[in-house]
Amino acid sequence: MLASSWDDWWRVLSLRDYNTRVVVLAASVLGLSSGWVGSMMLLRRRALLGDAISHATTPGIAGVFLILTLLGYGDAAKSPLWLLLGATGTGLLGVLVLLALGRFTRLKEDTSLGIVLSVFFGAGVALLSLCQEFPGAAGLDSFIFGKTASMGRADAQWIVGVSALVLAVLILLRKELTLLCFDDTFAGSNGFPVIALDLALMGLVIAVCIVGLQAVGIVLMIALLVIPPASARFWTDDIRKMTWLAATFGAVAGLIGAILSGIYSKLPSGATIVLVCSSCFAVSLLFGTRRGWVGRLLRRLSLRRSVARQHLLRAMFEAQEGHADDLVRFEELMDARSWSVGNLRRTLARAIASQWIIDRQGGYQLTPRGMVEAERMTREHRLWELYLMTQADVAPARVDRQADRIEHVLEPELVARLRQMLDEVDSPMPINPHAPSKDDVIQKQASEDLD
Amino acid sequence: MNDSRNLPAADAAQNHTALDAAHCPLAVDDLTVAYHRRPVIWDVEFEIPPGSLVGIVGPNGAGKSTLLKAVMDLIPVASGEVRVFGKPYRQNRDRVGYVPQRESVDWDFPVNVLDVVTMGLYHRIGWCWPERKRHRDQAMEALDQVGIADLARRQISQLSGGQQQRTFLARALVQQADLYLMDEPFAAVDASTERAIVDILDHMKADGRTAMVIHHDLQTVPDYFDHVILLNMRIVAKGPVDEVFTTENLQKTYGGRLTLLDEVSEAMRRRERSM
Repeated sequence: MLASSWDDWWRVLSLRDYNTRVVVLAASVLGLSSGWVGSMMLLRRRALLGDAISHATTPGIAGVFLILTLLGYGDAAKSPLWLLLGATGTGLLGVLVLLALGRFTRLKEDTSLGIVLSVFFGAGVALLSLCQEFPGAAGLDSFIFGKTASMGRADAQWIVGVSALVLAVLILLRKELTLLCFDDTFAGSNGFPVIALDLALMGLVIAVCIVGLQAVGIVLMIALLVIPPASARFWTDDIRKMTWLAATFGAVAGLIGAILSGIYSKLPSGATIVLVCSSCFAVSLLFGTRRGWVGRLLRRLSLRRSVARQHLLRAMFEAQEGHADDLVRFEELMDARSWSVGNLRRTLARAIASQWIIDRQGGYQLTPRGMVEAERMTREHRLWELYLMTQADVAPARVDRQADRIEHVLEPELVARLRQMLDEVDSPMPINPHAPSKDDVIQKQASEDLD
Repeated sequence: MNDSRNLPAADAAQNHTALDAAHCPLAVDDLTVAYHRRPVIWDVEFEIPPGSLVGIVGPNGAGKSTLLKAVMDLIPVASGEVRVFGKPYRQNRDRVGYVPQRESVDWDFPVNVLDVVTMGLYHRIGWCWPERKRHRDQAMEALDQVGIADLARRQISQLSGGQQQRTFLARALVQQADLYLMDEPFAAVDASTERAIVDILDHMKADGRTAMVIHHDLQTVPDYFDHVILLNMRIVAKGPVDEVFTTENLQKTYGGRLTLLDEVSEAMRRRERSM
């Protein structure tokens, strides 16, 4: 299988063959339209619907083949037109059964989906095995896993034509479908026909599924519908960008998948397309700018650093409040909080590098800029302490820790309201509620022991 | 059984039938709704006077949301008739604005605040047409009214509960309706949002608009509304707050579910008001 030569690579990549050109174009157009329609389906929270629909097409394909062969129209039985008509028939039947189960029973939607999917696919597989008894059934199993090599010009025309139609409907109904996906109750109250819109969306999914059968196959069609939109969601918070990105991901997956399957002719195109999709998903999951793991990790790290910096600045400010000079020794800082030596060193080093603090002989000193920031930090912290003591009835010995937890997530708006509430606008700096009296130290010690 | 008809308050409400039907924002007659054959609201009948703020109060599962949805033709009704400004809802849909429950949508949806508010104009923009600048300008005005114009471009998943509620309110305001139906707009919002919603309701009233609001906080009913409908599958009482919002009626509405605490605070509040 891997015995492909450079000639094969060159033959496919140069798109020299007419046939290769057709296949590559069809697969990428299919990826484009399924990525787009899949986005809407995903946002409507109907991701599995496409799965049920594509499985429901199996008995149609096998059934039409059997009927036509038994009636003696062996030639017609091989034409994709009839087979796809059969697929459409049972696909629609599957949707109707799904709707009926939802309407007339109390089954949950996922249960109905599971039933429709397995019953229809089971029937399809049984019928397909019957088909093997007849000559000419050889190509049928390509519907299950997809085989672009078996795709002819007519198939590609179908894919391009149907995709163009689907995209046109999606663009025209963008507004309405977005509203349907976000808030169907509100859409209904404004007179939008919710059921008709849902049916239209399902119709688009069915259309894409059916023309996609030959390229990626029944089992993996769902991947083209779900994975590109899911990947796109990691990169953006805007539905317009998301649909575009999903369409692009789908198109690229179709392109690469078709090329690979063209080179290694035994490789099912469905599997390759799905593999390309999955790698795209993996990259998005890790590096997606909006929701990717790496980005989230970096944001968390930077939050932790900024919290540590705030603690350091406040510790510096409070230490030098009690001094004549403004040099603060390392040991003083160590005593101010329960941080490890290494942690304090690293935080200090970063603060020095970003010029909040200067490393002097025998101690550390706040820069003018650091001073302003430290003062602000301390004021906000004390405001919170005051609030917790006066309004929320928290014991003085405990407020320091609680304020610590809350203050770093405060929005400026909230701080302003807090200040207003406590009438602290005029007073530049509230006093430290843990004024260093002996009792307090003991009390604080005690409460820490309790914790 | 249905003793609401004998209450003086009910008689007071009956006086409004004298109004010209076309001026009555909402008239509900003999409305019954059932899910899977179990009635959810039964034989509900009321009219609300124009320019009034009507609170709907009742325990969980009393059919409050169902009532709103039935009024808007969103769920099939077993029997009954709804008239909005004298016509069926379908014909006067443009005069009604709706604020659904905040929890009814997925706030992780990839749109921003301005997008959501503009949705209130979609039916007016018309099928297949894109929204244009003037629609976004209208949406911005509505956002300004609810005090979150600065959040217009914010992704909706980053909103606080109160901001979400204001977004929904702005989406309804942009519809410039004459009758507003609101499902628990005060649920779990911060004090300043509560204040903002009350201001908007007062403005609506001053403009001669009408609002029917599902409300859960019994304490504030007399402050926020001038009419009240006490609902527990059937209407227990309806009419001006002063006459209808009594401990006795609340007791009937909530059955055993009204806690002693609610009763005490209710009694104290009543005494304060009578002084």
